[in-house]
Amino acid sequence: MNAYLKGLALAGLTSSAALFASAASAVEIEYWQYFFDARVEAMETLIANFEAANPDITVTMTHFPYADYRTKVAAAIPAGEGPDVVQLFYGWLNDYVEAELIQPLPADTFPAAQIDADFFPMVQAMKDGDNYWALPTAVRSLALFYNERLFEEAGIESPPETLDELMATAAAMTKLDGAGNITQVGITAGMTAQDHHWWREGLVRQFGGDPYVDDYQTVNYNTDAGAAALGFYTDMFLGDPPVTAIGFMDEPQAAFKAGRAGMHIDGSFRIGSLNGTRGLKWGVTELPANADGTRSNYSSYWVNAITTKAEGEKYDASVKFMQYITSDEAMQIWLDTVGELPAKPSVGMTEANANDETFGPFIRGLAYANTTKFANESGQRQLMVEMVERIQLEGMDPAESLAIAAEAEQKLLDDYYAE
Amino acid sequence: MYRNLTIRQKQIVWAWAFLAIPVLFYTVIRFYPTGNAILISFQNWNLLGDRTWAGMENYQKLWNDPVFWKVFKNTFIYLLLGTPISLVLSFVIAYHLDKLRFMHGFLRMLYFLPFMTSAVAMAWVWRWFYQDVPIGLFNNILAGFGIPQIAFLQSTTNALPAVLAPAVWAGLGFQVIIFMAGLRAIPTSYYEAAKIDGVGWFTVLTQITIPLLRPTIVFIVVFSSIGFLRIFDHVFNMTTNNPGGPLNATKPLVLMIYDTAFNGFDMGYAAAQTVVLFTILLIVSLIQLRLLRST
Repeated sequence: MNAYLKGLALAGLTSSAALFASAASAVEIEYWQYFFDARVEAMETLIANFEAANPDITVTMTHFPYADYRTKVAAAIPAGEGPDVVQLFYGWLNDYVEAELIQPLPADTFPAAQIDADFFPMVQAMKDGDNYWALPTAVRSLALFYNERLFEEAGIESPPETLDELMATAAAMTKLDGAGNITQVGITAGMTAQDHHWWREGLVRQFGGDPYVDDYQTVNYNTDAGAAALGFYTDMFLGDPPVTAIGFMDEPQAAFKAGRAGMHIDGSFRIGSLNGTRGLKWGVTELPANADGTRSNYSSYWVNAITTKAEGEKYDASVKFMQYITSDEAMQIWLDTVGELPAKPSVGMTEANANDETFGPFIRGLAYANTTKFANESGQRQLMVEMVERIQLEGMDPAESLAIAAEAEQKLLDDYYAE
Repeated sequence: MYRNLTIRQKQIVWAWAFLAIPVLFYTVIRFYPTGNAILISFQNWNLLGDRTWAGMENYQKLWNDPVFWKVFKNTFIYLLLGTPISLVLSFVIAYHLDKLRFMHGFLRMLYFLPFMTSAVAMAWVWRWFYQDVPIGLFNNILAGFGIPQIAFLQSTTNALPAVLAPAVWAGLGFQVIIFMAGLRAIPTSYYEAAKIDGVGWFTVLTQITIPLLRPTIVFIVVFSSIGFLRIFDHVFNMTTNNPGGPLNATKPLVLMIYDTAFNGFDMGYAAAQTVVLFTILLIVSLIQLRLLRST
């Protein structure tokens, strides 16, 4: 017993001595991100690699539930307690810049021209003059997931390449019960999931429109193209016969996971949760093209930025850390661990990655992807949800519903940019 | 110095010494944030930047916001449906349970159980009940008889009552217990007198039981009204994909406040809504206390 206590005390002393020794010689910087298992795991690997290469720098990672993230960052940085390097959703950047919570990346280490050339083009939304404010490690895009068992059962040989084929394929897999209720959908639908992105940046563009103009400050989808895109979308569940139902099995991804949906449009972040599903054999392909072969996709990303709290040697250490987490090596690790796509073509478009059975369709999608600059993503999504609900639940004329949505979104954008 | 005080003064000193902790607690935890919320309602703030003065702008915006009026109406529908329904149900249950001896304790526990269950878990179970075929319990039963399914949550008319039902059910247990305590507190001598006079059960109910339950009824009405005016967890959890939907058909004021504050990051506007909710709660409670107490 006594010996055990002595040992314990000794161990305590040594470890605290080790702690003090490292604290004396090392710079310690803090990194914050929101909690998501795979992201935390990937970041732990990156930090370990970075610390191995830079023994004089220690990086401490703190993570929070997504719901508290923005509040905590906002409260901590002005108090001098927060992170030195922080992860943000790209759509929040303006607010953080205006509140002086982050500082631009130094132009000598991150020259704008170099970044323009190295990264996928949508990253340029983070640029201001000669400086970048922030850079992503990984980006996301959409693709069409399909259930291979249901394809086989319906005698479908290959996934649909065009929008017309999409409808025909979906129709072949839709099943009804005796009372006329849908028990299996050909394709999932719901603006609450990823469909609002598919509609904005995918369908509207494919039907010849341009959903927004003036750097996403003016709504431009209340046009013939927008109406055609909305018509295509609503035909999926209001057409005769419908190939899907809104709210089927509560959530689109749940229906697909349960094997009750033939196809499902979702982001690359869904791969991880589908991989572990028993009894589900799935494949993934690029979003279908329109009749003349035009494809369009949506991309979003989380960026890393240096906060205004980082000064002196902590700033230098933060710059080094930023360099590492935006390097090719870090992007490959992020892809392998999280399943999010590399932000640079040099990593994404390698032979292995671009032709990867799972990641390939998403990565190829980045080449023709657009990034919506949201003022309030959930607010803008809500308007799309309601646009469809007015047609579906209240029988409103689609053109009228489209006009209401466009007007409401314009008002939301005006309010945001007026401030 | 303490020595020179009179006994009365010493009592006051001690009273304040003991009161100091709750007073301090309430000042820091309740009054300061309340005052701050009222202040923010006259400002613009996105949580990150500086607060700027907005004057009455947030209140004007609220007045002109059609969603606010829809939400305002919903909040009162929750109140005007929820309170009477739960009051009548819980009284009927308590009245009969009180007369019952067989398995009394067990039945009382069954009624109380939902009150102890987490509202979140309950909301998710009911959400599953309400789904369309092939997974929803209710619609699967209907489909089993060949009856076309009913859109419970995916409907602008059915969604609010569908969300309200589990909320009423959840609060029932508590109200039944309070009613039973109230019933037990009525002196038996009144009932004995009524029996001697040979009065029927209906007269006993309306002339003795209900009038003597007035304090209990006041308590339950005020308590459940505040609950329904603040309804949030049931609505939010049953409609997480489209909170308060479809088309704001189920959205109560608290959910609108949450959405404005933590999705829109428009703290000033959210604070203005909070002040309105606070005022409504105050007025409704005062009116109820006055009406039910006076006569």
